[in-house]
Amino acid sequence: MATRAAAGARPGARFAQFKLVLLGESAVGKSSLVLRFVKDQFDDYRESTIGAAFLTQTISLDESTTVKFEIWDTAGQERYKSLAPMYYRNANCAVVVYDITQASSLDKAKSWVKELQRQANENIVIALAGNKLDLVTENPDKRAIPTADAEAYAREAGLLFFETSAKTSSNVRELFTAIAKKLPLDQAGPRNLRAAPRPGVDLRPEAPGTQGAGACNC
Amino acid sequence: MDEIAPEYDVVVLGTGLTECVLSGVLSVKGNKVLHIDRNDHYGGEAASVNIETLFKKYGNVRPGEEPWKKYGRANDWNIDLVPKLLMANGELTNILVSTDVTRYLEFKQIAGSYVQQGKGAKATVAKVPSDASEALRSSLMGMFEKRRAKKFLEWVGEFSESDPATHQGLNITQCTMKDVYDKFSLEDNTRDFIGHSMALYPSDEYFLKPGAAPETINRIRLYVNSMARYGKSPYIYPLYGLGELPQGFARLSAIYGGTYMLNTSVDEVLYDESGKVSGIKATMKDRDNEGDTMSFTTKTKKILADPSYFPGKVRVTGHLLKAICILNHPIDKTDGSDSLQLIIPQSQVGRKHDIYIAMVSSAHNVCPKGYYIAIVSTIAESDANHHIELEPGFERLGKIEETFFGAPIPLYEPIESGEKDNIFISKSYDATSHFETTTDDVRDIYRRATGEELVVEGLRDGQRLAEE
Repeated sequence: MATRAAAGARPGARFAQFKLVLLGESAVGKSSLVLRFVKDQFDDYRESTIGAAFLTQTISLDESTTVKFEIWDTAGQERYKSLAPMYYRNANCAVVVYDITQASSLDKAKSWVKELQRQANENIVIALAGNKLDLVTENPDKRAIPTADAEAYAREAGLLFFETSAKTSSNVRELFTAIAKKLPLDQAGPRNLRAAPRPGVDLRPEAPGTQGAGACNC
Repeated sequence: MDEIAPEYDVVVLGTGLTECVLSGVLSVKGNKVLHIDRNDHYGGEAASVNIETLFKKYGNVRPGEEPWKKYGRANDWNIDLVPKLLMANGELTNILVSTDVTRYLEFKQIAGSYVQQGKGAKATVAKVPSDASEALRSSLMGMFEKRRAKKFLEWVGEFSESDPATHQGLNITQCTMKDVYDKFSLEDNTRDFIGHSMALYPSDEYFLKPGAAPETINRIRLYVNSMARYGKSPYIYPLYGLGELPQGFARLSAIYGGTYMLNTSVDEVLYDESGKVSGIKATMKDRDNEGDTMSFTTKTKKILADPSYFPGKVRVTGHLLKAICILNHPIDKTDGSDSLQLIIPQSQVGRKHDIYIAMVSSAHNVCPKGYYIAIVSTIAESDANHHIELEPGFERLGKIEETFFGAPIPLYEPIESGEKDNIFISKSYDATSHFETTTDDVRDIYRRATGEELVVEGLRDGQRLAEE
C-alpha cells in the first residue's frame, strides 16, 4: 500500500504514498488542520465534518523524494465511538489532535492513541497535535494544557509532537513534514517502487483489466 | 457526549449491506440519517469475523480451551458469515463505482468458476465455459453437443427482446426455457450447467415457468459479461472480506452527514395516531464502560431496518444451511485455485436446490498463508440430518481442519410493504451465490420508502460535498 511507482518518474526519484488517518475529539480542529495543509484554507465557522473525507497532498522532502499523503478524515464517525475497522486498516501514519484550550481533550487524545495501538499496524507513525495555538497567542489565559505536559506524554509514548494553529497555519506544514521524514521511505526504495503494482482490479468502467504499476485512485 | 438531534428524516436499524447502501444513498440525496446497530461492530449478518469470534459464535469451544490459538493471530482472519461473491458486471459493482465507495476498498478476482457433473466417486469438476468459443473446448460436453452449446450461446449474445427476428420462431414472452433448450436440442447435462452455473438459478423452478426466457438470457449475459471483464471468473471479492462492503457504504453515509451509533439498542418504536412511525427511544452503551449509558428519544418519519429489529413484521420463507470450513489445501480438481465458486447442481446429486461452495484464501487477506476458507451452503429440504444434505459439498473439500455448522438459518421477508406504518424492512441474505438479489432488495426498499426509482448513475454529481 505504501509504495507505488510514479509513472514516468525520473531515474533515482523516490515517490511513496501513505495512508494518514486523523483522530481526536469532536471540534478540536481535525478537518481544519487538513484543510490548511491541503488547500491552505481556513474557515472560522466551519460546520462539523461533512465532505472532507478523502484528500491527498504531496510533500517534496528533497529534490528526489516525494511523499504523497492519502488523508482520511473520521467523517464524524468518532462521535459515538463508531469508527469502522476499515478506517485503521493499513494506515501508515496518524495525527491525533487535541485542543490546547480544553483540558479534557488531551485525555481523549491519549485514549485515541491507545485505540490506534490496538487496531492499527504495529509500526504506525503517530503525531500528537495540540491545535488552536492562535487562541493562546492572543490570550495566554486560555491555555488549559501546558506544552511541557503534552510534550512529556508524547516523548514517553514515542509520538511526534507539535502545537499547531490551523487558523494561522503555524506548525501545520512542519507537522506533516516531520511525519513524512519519519515514515519508512527506505522500504520504498527505487527497486521496490518499480515492482509494486496494486494487487487488485480497477472497477471503473473506463479502465478495464487489472491495474498496473503507477496507477492510483486519486 | 454530544446531543442527538431532535428529529431525523430516516432512522436506519442494522448495519448490514442492504441497510448501509440505503443509508449511504439517502444521505447523499440530502436526507438526515441516524444509523443505529445493537452490535458493537458493523455488518450485522453480513459482517466478517475473526477466528476467535467464530469459534465462540458457533460454540466450538470447550471450557478452558482456546482452540483458535493454533490458527495464528486471530485478527489475521476475516471470515464471512454470508457466502456470496460480487458479479464483476453486476449491480453492486455499479453502485460501488457510482458512489465512489471503491476508494475505500480494494478488489481482487476470484480465480475460478467450476461446476460438478455426476456424483460420488464418479463426479467430475470442470470450469464453467465463459463464452461460445470456450464451450467448444469444455470437457463438460461431447463433440456434437459442444457445437449446439456454442450455437445457443451465440444466440444469447444476439438476442433482443424487441426484435422478433432474433426469437428463433419462439413466442419468447410466453414460452418456457425448456422450449428454448429444446429448440437448440441441448442435452440435460448442458441445460443443467447453463441454468445453474451460468444463469445461476439455485433450483429448477425457472425451467417450466412460462415467460422466463428473457430473464434467463439476461442472467446468462450477466455471467458472460462479468467473465469478460477480468478474465478468470465472473466474480470479484474485496480484500479483507465482505464485511468491508457495509463499512464502505457507512463511511459514504457519514461523509454526507449520516450519524452513526453502534452498541445502541432500540427500547421502543413510537407511532402516531394513524399508525405511522413517529420516533424511537434508544439507549447507547459505552463500549469500554458498561455502566455508562445514554438514553434518548428522537423523532423520525421513516424507519429502514433489517428483519431482526421487527420480528413481528416478518415471515420465514425457508432455511439456509451453511457450513464454514477451514482447509489447509486448495480444492481437488480445481487447478490449485486460491479462490473459487463451485456449484453442484441439484439434479446431479438428487436434490431440489443446488449446493454452493465459495472459497477464498490468503490471496484476499482473509486468513494467514496456507489456509483456505470454504463455505458450503444450500437451502434445507428436510427437518433433520442437515449435515447429510451438505455432504456432497464436504466430499469436494477433502480434508477439513475445522467445521463451523449451526442450526438452519431462517430466511425472512417483510409481511407488508411498509406503506401503512412507514417501516421498511429488508430481506435476509438469500441462498444465491452473489449480491444481485440484495441490490434488487435495495432498489425495492428505496422505491417503497421514497416513491422514486433509485438512479445511482451520477448520484454524487451536484451534491454538496465541501471539499475534494
